[in-house]
This record gives sequence, structure tokens and C-alpha cells, in this order.
Amino acid sequence: MTQLRKVRLILEDGTSFEGKSFGYERSVAGEVVFYTAMTGYPESLTDPSYTGQILVSTFPLIGNYGVPSDSKEQGLSAFYESDKIHITGLIVSDYSFEYSHWNAIKSLGDWLKEHKIPGLFGIDTRALTKIIRVKGSLLGKIEFEDEVIDFYDPNQENLVAIASTDKVEVYGTGEHRIVLVDCGVKYNIIRCLMNRNATVIVVPWDYDFSGEDFDGIFLSNGPGDPALCDATVENIRKTMLAEKPIMGICLGNQLLARAAGAETYKLKFGHRSHNQPVLLQGTDRCFITSQNHGFAVDTKTLPSDWEPLFTNVNDQTNEGIRHKTKPFFSTQFHPEAASGPVDTEFLFDDFMNNVIEYKKTKK
Amino acid sequence: MINKDIKKVIVLGSGALKIGEAGEFDYSGSQALKALKEENIHTILINPNIATIQTSEDIADRIYFLPVTPFFVEQVIIKEKPDGILLAFGGQTALNCGVALFRKGILEKYNVKVLGTPVQSIIDTEDREIFAGKLGEIEVKTPRSIACLNMEEAFAAVKIVGYPIIIRAAYTLGGLGSGFCANDQELESLASKAFTYSPQILVEESIKGWKEVEYEVVRDRFNNCITVCNMENFDPLGIHTGESIVVAPSQTLSNSEYHKLRALAIKIIRHIGIVGECNVQYALDPHSEDYRVIEVNARLSRSSALASKATGYPLAFVAAKLGLGYGLHQLNNQVTKVTTAAFEPALDYIVCKIPRWDLNKFTGVSKNLGSSMKSVGEIMSIGRSFEEAIQKGIRMVGIGMHGFVANKEEITIEQIDEELSNPTDRRIFAIAEAFNKNYTVDEIYEKTKIDRWFLQKLQNIHISKNKLEAVNSLQSLPDSLLLQAKKEGYSDFQIARLVLKSSNKEINDDLLKVREWRKSKNILPSVKQIDTLAGEYPAQTNYLYLTYNGNEHDIEFPRDDKSVIVLGSGAYRIGSSVEFDWCSVNAITTIHKENYRSIMINYNPETVSTDYDTCDRLYFDELTFERVMDIVDLEAPKGVVLSMGGQIPNNLAMKLHRQQVPILGTSPLNIDRAEDRKKFSSLLDTLKIDQPRWSELTSIDDIYRFVDEVGFPVLIRPSYVLSGAAMNVVSNRDQLEHFLNLAANVSKEHPVVVSEFIEQAKEIEIDAVAKNGELVAYAISEHVEFAGVHSGDATIVFPPQKLYIETIRRIKKIARQIAKALEITGPFNMQLLAKDNDIKVIECNLRASRSFPFVSKVMKYNLIEIATQVMLDAPYRQPDKSLFELDYVGVKAPQFSFARLLNADPVLGVDMSSTGEVGCIGETYYEAILKSMLSVGYTIPKKNILISSGPARSKIELLQSAQLLADRGFNLYATGGTQKFLAENGIESTRLFWPDETDKHPNTLEYIKDKKIDLVINIPKDHTSREISNGYTIRRSAIDYSIPLITNARLASAFIYAFCKYEIEDLSIKSWDEYTD
Repeated sequence: MTQLRKVRLILEDGTSFEGKSFGYERSVAGEVVFYTAMTGYPESLTDPSYTGQILVSTFPLIGNYGVPSDSKEQGLSAFYESDKIHITGLIVSDYSFEYSHWNAIKSLGDWLKEHKIPGLFGIDTRALTKIIRVKGSLLGKIEFEDEVIDFYDPNQENLVAIASTDKVEVYGTGEHRIVLVDCGVKYNIIRCLMNRNATVIVVPWDYDFSGEDFDGIFLSNGPGDPALCDATVENIRKTMLAEKPIMGICLGNQLLARAAGAETYKLKFGHRSHNQPVLLQGTDRCFITSQNHGFAVDTKTLPSDWEPLFTNVNDQTNEGIRHKTKPFFSTQFHPEAASGPVDTEFLFDDFMNNVIEYKKTKK
Repeated sequence: MINKDIKKVIVLGSGALKIGEAGEFDYSGSQALKALKEENIHTILINPNIATIQTSEDIADRIYFLPVTPFFVEQVIIKEKPDGILLAFGGQTALNCGVALFRKGILEKYNVKVLGTPVQSIIDTEDREIFAGKLGEIEVKTPRSIACLNMEEAFAAVKIVGYPIIIRAAYTLGGLGSGFCANDQELESLASKAFTYSPQILVEESIKGWKEVEYEVVRDRFNNCITVCNMENFDPLGIHTGESIVVAPSQTLSNSEYHKLRALAIKIIRHIGIVGECNVQYALDPHSEDYRVIEVNARLSRSSALASKATGYPLAFVAAKLGLGYGLHQLNNQVTKVTTAAFEPALDYIVCKIPRWDLNKFTGVSKNLGSSMKSVGEIMSIGRSFEEAIQKGIRMVGIGMHGFVANKEEITIEQIDEELSNPTDRRIFAIAEAFNKNYTVDEIYEKTKIDRWFLQKLQNIHISKNKLEAVNSLQSLPDSLLLQAKKEGYSDFQIARLVLKSSNKEINDDLLKVREWRKSKNILPSVKQIDTLAGEYPAQTNYLYLTYNGNEHDIEFPRDDKSVIVLGSGAYRIGSSVEFDWCSVNAITTIHKENYRSIMINYNPETVSTDYDTCDRLYFDELTFERVMDIVDLEAPKGVVLSMGGQIPNNLAMKLHRQQVPILGTSPLNIDRAEDRKKFSSLLDTLKIDQPRWSELTSIDDIYRFVDEVGFPVLIRPSYVLSGAAMNVVSNRDQLEHFLNLAANVSKEHPVVVSEFIEQAKEIEIDAVAKNGELVAYAISEHVEFAGVHSGDATIVFPPQKLYIETIRRIKKIARQIAKALEITGPFNMQLLAKDNDIKVIECNLRASRSFPFVSKVMKYNLIEIATQVMLDAPYRQPDKSLFELDYVGVKAPQFSFARLLNADPVLGVDMSSTGEVGCIGETYYEAILKSMLSVGYTIPKKNILISSGPARSKIELLQSAQLLADRGFNLYATGGTQKFLAENGIESTRLFWPDETDKHPNTLEYIKDKKIDLVINIPKDHTSREISNGYTIRRSAIDYSIPLITNARLASAFIYAFCKYEIEDLSIKSWDEYTD
């Protein structure tokens, strides 16, 4: 093993941790958040919702199964959730320099280096997580000795504009035409729709899609504060008048809520894990979901023709909303998983059934 | 929300501990009972395993120490009229019994509702064919297997299944005729052979070498499902999961693989319709996402106990609540208190399970690991790196190893290649040795198919070993390397051995030097909590472990002199199992009641002592000197109790004492006086207490001289044990020579202890408690067998029924003298021999013994509670004098697991071989004997009994019982000598020829194979090798064909008298309190 460089993680409250570098060697700053999933680092690192964030893995052993190839299927990367790594930096406890998996082609460290993303190991990630739990998500920076930098708050910026696509792209050849508003979409949402006989028209976050020919609207996940996406909210409001089916995920849930007239707020430290239980409103049906969000919908502010669809069993926060009469619904969690449990993938079926019903009534 | 009609529930236990069904069911049963109790449900437990926690007063409302068989359970149902029954918490024993009760219509007849998983779902998972069909319905893959009746069918089957395949001959034992084929020629040759053994063979696809992965899945009646944990076997498919090293969570699975298998597990549990918990085992192709489902267990299992401890999620407790009708989201997370049971634990550590084998205890047994389970216990280690967890784990197993590396030179493995390809219990050390011989990870992978990731991690440990070895003093050891080593789980011992090159003599002092050095460098472990949510929510958890991969403690240490540490028993093994957990838990409970904070250290995932709600703080960590000192340094307890967990904590007495650790109870100096053979012997001499003559000898000549003096037989104990040459009794010069040849290494470093062996002597035990040298309470019990059968294998009667009052009085006096001389405070146990009122002390342990729970429960006077109070100097309840005059009798009987141990000779000797025990209560001695023997799997013979009565003495011993059998109309069969002897004494029997007289009929072997015999009594005789081998064949065949076997004449007599005196219907169905209150 060659000499590993020492590097520090410094939090805005002054706490600092020393670790060793296994990624790209440059200083970076962002918001420090933790996630408690035990698998799926290739998926998480490429999840655009993590834009601007320094990610702390509570699971200590990372890198074990390397990183798969970037092969393409139906125009999308087969194993990644977008075309690049979106996190700002990665913090782990025990990094595996050696990896072992049939579909791995390189190590996590090499992949980080390729994408110029720093990675630290040898950090007491549990101690770090407890700080974030108590104080809320904090700003932080990964600093190499010879490169001092300032803190940076990604939430001041419209991260959606960074994560979104800048052109309209079409995927799949299915019978149903779905407009997907890309606020930083995970590829698996597109895959889940294509697998259900959809042609997916991916449009930029602020694109006025009213001129497109489509049967349903999909509002994607994405990073940052939904309050900074007024353009998208306006477009949603317009389309709601047409009563075409809408489904939203994560940021999409927050944007749909805002379009309906409800408020959103920032959670103390967010939900970033594979084990979040949500209860389907008015039933005893409970699902384990994959989540990655720092903001939430304030249920109390929902207008009377809307109602909560799912609620988090742990902290009672909103996990989804629906219109009482129209085919509009959204979830705060990720039914498309990748990474995480796939228990709620049936919601895509619900959405596509709404689309089919809508098309029938239109005829 | 829940079914309010359920007011009274029967819970079935798993009976005695055996291989494949061990302490984990004490944990699951106890949790279930607590869950029911919380709902104010009246609980009735049927379990003859008297040493368990679940059969304690506060756990169940009523306890029946009766066999878990349909007959007895029905009797209890008739008597108790329960509303419901739980079948999933007592292992396969309870499940089988439940299915039988269901099939016989008994549950329906008495209107007893099965709570949780319906019986039909259980049946669907138990029958291989139905199971494969069921999974086929939902397009879930199981290994393809086709039954064939001839060669043509076999070749046709292979066309469907595809090479490689496994051929299995149906209806044969021990894998006879089974094997692996990669092509037509191999199939031709193997299948033709297999057809000579069996009319039917199975052609199965081979998935040997695939990864083995398990999921623990939970479902409630609302169809909500979670997987609590997944686990990955270090050893690939081909080695039983109970024989594998296992890690949790899985380490080499990608997200897609993890969630594919998880989703399948949920699909399966829904389709089968389980309410509660089940376990799904998969084989996963290491080169793709292809998989097969190997097994589904529709009940709590060893894996679910492990998953519970690995995650902190109380699976058994939750499963019991779900059985009552709760939904997952309606139950609290017992660890965080603020979240619910509807979540999947997120771990921020890795656990590693390693099995514990005791194969050296058996003669003839195959040591190869394969598809059947042989291990007797397991450990779980926790770390924040695999290296840390595996090295901790290897130490925890307790076989004298110090980790993956730096073990004693004697463990050098000659045939690395053989060991890697055909693993035995020493495979992990063969891997270490392979690295020493410069094997690459790929080379080891090719031979073992252990995923390269695990091997790479092991190689990291190996690389650090080389680095440490290159350093020659602590001063020249870089801090970074020392810290790295500690992060990889190196102990101070290993570092001392590698850096300081310490000899065995110096090592204990040197490891203290390492300890001081690293403390001066502030290289210290951190205490972390297991909180089920990886720190996401604040948790009120007391579940802790130590790691060097961290730099802050999760908890604070009051250091207020109000805490007491209890050291647990470690891995279950032959000689130390659930009884020591019972002692530990009772000590903990008493400490808590006396207003001290109780702190438990233990690492056995099968125990109740490691449950989240048993103690105030649980350190799930090593019981090594180093780790106990780490915890003592942090906690600064009022004292440490090391007399409850058996020999492991007891052995730490002097080491801890030298570091001024406050030991509660008897002074370690006196513990040493009892433990050290020479010191104890001279103490007995001073007290004028008799003992068998013995000597510690360092040369062969001395041994012969000593034997000439005391005469045969003698008991020989070598201190350096080669395989097959453990402690043994030898009766003549030939045997002695043979034995000494095996144990060739007799020297000053490796002395041999030779003791006079007294035949025809009664063996007696006393379990007692003393305070400041004064006897406080005691219980005397006697063995049914004469001395020579290890006390752990003996059938024990309490109170004694056949001892002279004079003997009892003298034993009491001896106990008083020894308690005084050793100033005992706390529990102790002595074993004595009595022959013609001549009493000799053979052993004394200043700690709780295996029989403490048995005598405590039979008297209903808790000796451990008293012992703990005594050690805390708290007031205690003086026993009532009349306590020892009981109106009933308790009998403790051993459980053997020979059926699991291919080729092992099922014979009893001076070394222990039983894996568990039961204790039953009866109105009379014979009633208690009969109940306890039925509880360990004996059945009352219907008609035919084979007697092969061995030496003259046992022929005489058995004469009366043979007469009794003849009078009762049993058909007696006997081997030559026995038949002749019986005939001379006017008892008719049919002669069966010896197994090696293959051409003579009727032959013993054919009678056994045809199951014409209901009971085999074979008393070993040790004269000629021919008789030894014939005797072995009879005994082994009896085991292999599941025919009850007794090898001790006195026990055989007792059993025969018992079943001739009592019909099964005569046995009283009385609960524990009905005897004692």
C-alpha cells in the first residue's frame, strides 16, 4: 500500500475528524449528511438528490464489492442512477482497498478519483452521526493540509437547476407517453416506467411541457429546497387543470404539495436510509421504504381536497399525498428503490393504471 | 386489536440441548413467555429442560417438566384446558410435536387455537416436495432434483438438470452411494454403484461452491413484512449453515442482489402464510444473480436467535406478539422506545458467528465438515471491521486460539491443500497457514470457494502479522502499526508473542507490558451501543461492545461503586452449557434486586444472559483477561462475580486478582488452592480427608512404577493431548502401553496424571453455598451409574434415594471442613466416591456447577440467589431444615447427540460426551427415571429387547431385570455369552449372532437394520479387539437406525424396572408447583 494522505473533515461547529484519503485529493465543502443503508453505494453516490452533500456512511465497511461497469441498457447506465457521481465527498470508517464481485471492474477509490471526488476512511462515523443527529445537518469541509477552503451551503443554491437535464430526451418506445420532469432524476424511475410500457419524455426542471403530447406527468426526485423551484410548481399547477394523472417521488412529492398550495420545511437531519416504515393512510398496511430527503411536506397546510397518503411510522412526518378525487399522488419515499427495498414498486402500477383509465375516459 | 379470547396459552419448549437444537430455544421461549405475560395471558410451559431460564418461576405461570411428545402434551391440554398453543418457539421438537397433535386432531378436539403460523404452513415447508411445489407456484427457484429408478432415467434426468450434478441414493445412511458427477462417465460409474445400495437415486443439480445467504423475515396478519437481518456464510454452500462462519449483514452482495433476495423472501413468507417469523436460506451464484431457495424454516431458529442478537431486534418477542394478532406498527421498538417494530435494523458494525466443535471428545467421529451439523455451540463477535470481528471471534470460541494468527506452533497444519479443499473444524487455521506458505488469495479461493473478499481481509491480518514480527521491541513499534493491529482485532497477547517473541512462560507478564505501553499511548477501545438504527435516533440501549475502530464512548461510566460485573459462560460446549447461563442470569437478577447495577459480559448468542432486558448493561464481548480488564477499568465496579459462568471465568481468578480487581466471593487465592491439584491434595491430607491415590508423572518408567503400586485400573490424564488420547481408564498393561504410545509426549513440560480408579463405587455430588467458611445451604445428589461415567453424562437423583444416612452425614462434614479451610463465600461443588461407606473426594470447584439449577429447582430453593446474596453480603433466606425431606424425587438425565456424529462410538466414559440434559420430577424414583428418560428420546419398548451384557459383573447386574422382562412377556434377544448366561439362570432368550459372523443367522445387525429390536442394551467390554469392534457395530447401528441404546448396566436396570413398574398412562401429569407448594 502506498502512503495514504491524512485529511481532515471539519464541521461548521468546529469539530474535526482526522482520516486518510482513498479518493481524489482535493479540498471540498458542502452539507454533511449521514445515510444508514448497508448496501448500494454505487447507486447512492450517483443519486442526483445528494448534490452538494458530503455523505457519511454509518455502515462501516464500504467498497467491498467494488464498482460495476458503466454499460448502457436502453440508453441508460445499467448499474448507476445517473451519468456521474453527485455527492461532494464520502466519509467511511473501514474502506476495502480490495474488492470482490463478479460485475465489478474497479475499486470505489479509483471511481472516486476518476470523478474527482474525495473519500475519507478511518473516521468514527458513529460519533460523527451522533453530532449530526443532535445538531442537525451541518456544513462541513474535507480539507487537505495544503488546500484551505471556506464552508459552502448548497441549500442557498438552486441545486435542481444543477442536477436537472438541459434538453428534452426520450427513452423507451412504450404505448403510454409520460412526461418526466427531471429535477435530478434517478435512472431507475425511468426504468420502472419503461418496464410498464411507457415512453418517457424527460424534460428540464423548468420546461413548459404543456405543448407536449403526453398521457401522464411524473415529477422526479431531486436535491435541495423545493421552495427554490417555483418554475416547476407553476408548470404543475397549470397541468393539474387538465386532470392528467400525476405521480411524484421525493422532491416531486414536495413540489406537488406546493403546487396544491401546501408548505414544505427542512427536517433536522432528514431521512437517508433503506429502513423507513410508512403507513398507508387509514389502513394497517405498512411498508419499508428507501428514502433520501432533507425537506418534508407540512401536512397541516394541505388544502381540503388533498389528503396524506402515507405517514412515517417513526416520526409521523408526511410520506405522500393524494388528491381526494383526481388521479394525483406522490410519495416522499422512493418506490423505485435502487438502492433499497422494492416493496412499494406497485405504486408505478397504480400510476400507469391511472394513465390507462384516463386514456379510456378521454376516448 | 388482539384476540381477547386467548387467556391461557401452552408454550412448547425444545427439551434437552442437542446438536442442532440448543440454547437458542431457551432464548426464544423465554421471550415468547415474556411477551404473553405482558398481555396478562396465563402461560403454561412444557419443557423437561430444567436448567433453562424459561423453566424458572418468574417466566411462566406453570411449568411441566415433561417430555415434549404428543402423549404428554395432550395430557396437559386435557388438564389445563388452554385456549391457545405456541409451536414455533421450541425448535424442531416443538414443531414436530405440534404437527403430530394437529394431524391426530387433538388440537381441534380440545379447541386449542394455534397462535401464529398455521400448522398447514408448517407442513408445507417441512415436506421437501410440497415445499418445492409451493415455491414453484410463485416461480421461486429451488434446486432441481429428479428421482430415478434406473440408469436410463438417470441419464434423462441429467439432460434436464445439467452437469455438474449430485447423486444421492435414497434410503441410505451417512451419504452411502452419494457423490458428485461432472460428466457421463462419472455418472455411469457412480449411479451404477448407487443402484446397488438403493432402488432409487436422486439426480440433483450441484450448487456446491455457491454463496449461502439467509434472511430472517417477519410477517403480521395485515400482510406487513420486514426482513430483520440478512446473513452471509463465509463458507460456501456444501457446509451446513450451523457449521459455517457467518457474518451479518452480508458483505459481498450488491444492492441488487441483496434486495432481490429480500423481495423473494417476502414473496415466500406471504405465499406460505406465516404469521410470525421464518428463515429463508438461499444459494446465490457467485458469478451472476442466479439463486436457489434451499430451505425455509417456519419457526424461530438458531439463525433467528443470531439475527436477534446481531441486530438488537427482539425477534422472538415480536413473533409472539404477532401471533396474538398485533401488527408490526402497533408494537414498540424495545431498544429505541421511540420507534416501532415495523422497521428493518440498520447496523453500524459487523457481527461474526463462529461454531464451536468438540469433536475431540468422541472416538471415531469424522472431522470433516459437510451438510450435517456437528458443532455444539457458537459465539458471536462484534466489530467495526471484519478483521476485528473474526479475530475476536476466534478467541471467543475458546479452543486455545488467540486469533487468526500468532497461535501456538503445535497447530501447524501439514496438509494445507487437503484441509482447504476438504475442510474440518480447523479450516480457518489452514488458511492462516496457507498465507504463511505464500499462497495467494486466488489459490486459496480456488480450493475453498470462500469469497475473495473474506480472504483479502484475512490476508490483511496476515500482512500485519509480518509487520509486527519484524519489530523487536515496544519502543521500536510505530504507534500507527500498533493502532492498526488493534483495529484488526489483535490482542495484547498476540502482539506480545509477535513483537516481544515471548515464550509461553513469559507471555502473561509480557502482555501486561503491551497493555501498559498502549495505555501510555492512549490506544484504548471505545464502547459502542447497538441501537438498531445506526445512531439515527437516540436509543435507551444497554447493549454494548468494544471496538478500536472508534474514538469516543457512547455511554458514561458512573464509577459509583454501585455496579457488579458477572462474567458469563461463553460458547456452549460439551461440559458447559445452558446451566451456567441459568446461574449467570439468576446472579444478575439477584444483583439487580439488591439494588446494584448488574453488568453482564458474555458473547454467546444462544443465551438469555445476553438478552436486552436481562441486565442493566450488557457487554457483548470477550471474556479474555484483556477485555475484562478494559471493562473493569471503565466501569470501576464494586466487584466481579466469576463463579457463575463455569470454568472460563473461574480461570481468570488469579490473573484478575493480581491486577487488584475486586473479586466477589471466595478469594482467588483459595480458588487456586482448589484448582491446583497439588495444593488441593495436600489440603485434603491436612484435613485428613481421603482421596484416590494419584501422582503427576514425567516419565514412562515412573508411570509403570506408580501403577505397580496402586494396581489396575487407573485413570490417566495427559496434559498434552494428541487426538484420541484424552483422559482414559486403562485396565491392563496392554491398554496402558497402547495409550502411552498415543500420548507419546510425556515429559517435564507435559506430565501425565495417573490416579487410582475405584470400581463399583457410588458417585455423589454436593452443591453448596457457604459464607465466610460456614456452610449455608447444600444439596446432595447421587449418580445412578457407578463412578467412571463422567458426572455430566451420569443420571443423577436428588434427593438421594439409596445412600446410607451415615454417608450423607460424613459428606456434610467434609463439605463443612473444606468450606472452612478454603474460607468459601459463594457457591461450590464437590464430587465424591463412596464405597462401603468409605468416602473419597475426587473434585472440588469453588464455583457454581452443572447441577445447581437442577437441585435448586427440585428443592425450589434457589442456591444461586443465596450464593449471590452471600457474595454481596446481603441478607438471605435460611433454608428450612425440612427442605431436604422432599415428598418427591428429581432425576436429571443426559441427552446425547451421537446420531449427528457420524461414526462416533456411542459409549460413555470418563470424558463427557452428552450435549444436554433434562430434569423431571416424579412421586417415586422410578417414575422420575422414566419421565426423564422418555424426555431424552427413549421409548418404552413394545416387545423385543436385545441384550449384550458385557463383562461378568454387568451380566449379574442385569440378571434381575432380565428376569423381570421375561416375566412381563418381553422377547429377549442376546448375543452368545449373554444368551448362555441367561439360560444358565433359567431365562429364555433367542441368540443373535455377532455382526462379524455375517454368514450366521439370525444376526444382530440384520435385526437392528430391520428394526425388529425396540431397545438395545450393550454393555461395552474391553478385552479383545474383536469384541470391541462387534460392540461398536451394534452400538453404532442402534444409533444409525434410531433404536434406543443403553450402555450402562445400572442405568439399564433402573430403566427396565421403571417401565415394568409404570405404564406411560400411570405417570402423573403434575406441574412443578404441584410438587413443591
